[in-house]
Amino acid sequence: MPDIFGVPAAVLLGQVLLGLINGSFYAMLSLGLAIIFGMLNVINFAHGAFYMLGAFVTWLCLTQLGLNYWAALVVVPIVVGVFGAVVERLFLRRLYRIDHLYSLLFTFGLALAMEGLFRYLFGAAGKPYPVPETLTGVFRLGFMVLPVYRAWVILASVLVCLLVWLVMEKTRLGAWLRAATENPSLVTAFGINVPLMLTLTYGFCVGLAGFAGVLAAPIYQVSPAMGSSLIVIVFAVVVIGGLGSIGGAILTGLSLGVIEGLTKVFYPSASAIVIFVVMVLVLILRPAGLFGREN
Amino acid sequence: MSMLIKGLAGFTVKYKWIWWIGAFVLAATLLLAPAMVYPLLLINILCFVLFASALNLVLGYAGLLSLGHAAFFGGAAYVTAHAAKTWGLPFEASVLLGTLFAAVLGLVFGLIGIRRYGIYFAMITLALAQMLYFIAVQMPFTGGEDGIQSVPRGMFLGLVDLGDINAMYYVVLGAVVIGLMVLWRTLHSPFGHILAAIRENEPRAVSLGLDVAYYKLIAFVLSATLSGLAGSLKVIAFQLASLNNVSWHLSGEVVLMTLIGGMGTFAGPIIGATFVVTLEHMLATSGLPIALVIGVIFMACVMLFRRGFYGETVARLKVVLDRGHD
Repeated sequence: MPDIFGVPAAVLLGQVLLGLINGSFYAMLSLGLAIIFGMLNVINFAHGAFYMLGAFVTWLCLTQLGLNYWAALVVVPIVVGVFGAVVERLFLRRLYRIDHLYSLLFTFGLALAMEGLFRYLFGAAGKPYPVPETLTGVFRLGFMVLPVYRAWVILASVLVCLLVWLVMEKTRLGAWLRAATENPSLVTAFGINVPLMLTLTYGFCVGLAGFAGVLAAPIYQVSPAMGSSLIVIVFAVVVIGGLGSIGGAILTGLSLGVIEGLTKVFYPSASAIVIFVVMVLVLILRPAGLFGREN
Repeated sequence: MSMLIKGLAGFTVKYKWIWWIGAFVLAATLLLAPAMVYPLLLINILCFVLFASALNLVLGYAGLLSLGHAAFFGGAAYVTAHAAKTWGLPFEASVLLGTLFAAVLGLVFGLIGIRRYGIYFAMITLALAQMLYFIAVQMPFTGGEDGIQSVPRGMFLGLVDLGDINAMYYVVLGAVVIGLMVLWRTLHSPFGHILAAIRENEPRAVSLGLDVAYYKLIAFVLSATLSGLAGSLKVIAFQLASLNNVSWHLSGEVVLMTLIGGMGTFAGPIIGATFVVTLEHMLATSGLPIALVIGVIFMACVMLFRRGFYGETVARLKVVLDRGHD
């Protein structure tokens, strides 16, 4: 195996793949954030908390109800999504007409409360979750050993992201949603129930965060802080990509994961902050973000 | 009830000396407080009063939501702790150095983010503060998870031993009062009015030829500086600099203090900080999860009384008073 820039290619490719896994989570979460922002004009700070909720419900399903991973993969996003829809219906809806900062502050409080509740109930320590049996084992790729489960995470999240992108860009439902983003009152006049659409959109995107939580449970430890540590990075990803486009959110998420992975190879101590550094550079060179539109 | 309020309001307008009595009682309470309440709790309250008031300058008066103010508070705390402990600098020099660091950091954050609006600004400040958090985790001098412990308090002006908790309280009280006076002076200067104009109608302010970004930047740097002063004072009094001081939870908490007291009012953050710190102090021994309670209060405040305790009270009083004029 040859060296690339003085680093064994196997190490490099390994970190790129690990980066892609982190990147899939960034992509799934920033995708949901971008859609919610586009439709509801809400910056959903609680997105990380819903991701954490997804992972915890998955863990509870296994330990309390005996539901396995595959059942959780279907049930958990629905549970989290319904919870999100209720939050939208009861609270967020009342905040649309005032300054957007208030909905950000509300979801901030929600994130704080959810994290606090789970820490109170289950403690701060991480809970291990076993990799489902069908996905144990590894692929021997020659240059590295790739656990099957990690390959599955990349595959599943890329598929889900693509699917959401296709629905938004190519279907009639997507056209309605995009139209409602541009001009809600006109779409209402066409006889489409916009408030219901907003509730469902929020529920769906939050469910997506829950889905990411299920995928994350066997990789990362299930812990109350897992959401907040991720959401801040995802915010930086969103600033880099700009909130304008869904495809942009997916691409930015994946590529920043890879950049983070590469930094681990070349300059390990900077890997935790490289995304923020990229954010600062983007803000200086292209303030609206890579895919954003200037107001 | 409304008659009573109207009567009282008329009374305070007619007899100005009533305010002097109020101020005297307040000053006496502040001076005598350490005899009645645990002084470290009072110091904590004072530091957060200054911190929340400093945040209010940008949040309430300039309309900029910063979710990264913990970086200034905690960053200054680290620098002050390091200066006092490792370099052995005296109290005043350590605090000054920490405050200066916060000012420079505020300038850097401000230059990067000030041209972006609303939620973007919030996300940028949050991300920048998180970057500082990660740096604080890794840098050797911050002590990582352990923080910087047993920071020496030193002497005030080389005369008064701050090891005495009461002396510490009075020094912090003096510094916080000076900080608040700086804020008051700023808000009631032409500069303060420009800030209000920008918050109310930014395009109009631009059309009047005001360099909006420049004024916002100055407000942001001043806010960061005073937040740093609050952090420096706290770290000396508590003798511990830790990661909690730079975490996003703290940035959120100080926003809550400002919000719950009343954004854009001078008394609001003072009331809010006193309320939240006292509440946390009581919760700490109750076994209830603080983060949960704080989060729920946050949500309730946004849903039910956005103007905060003080803002809401003033608004209601105004309604009663205006009714009389019709």
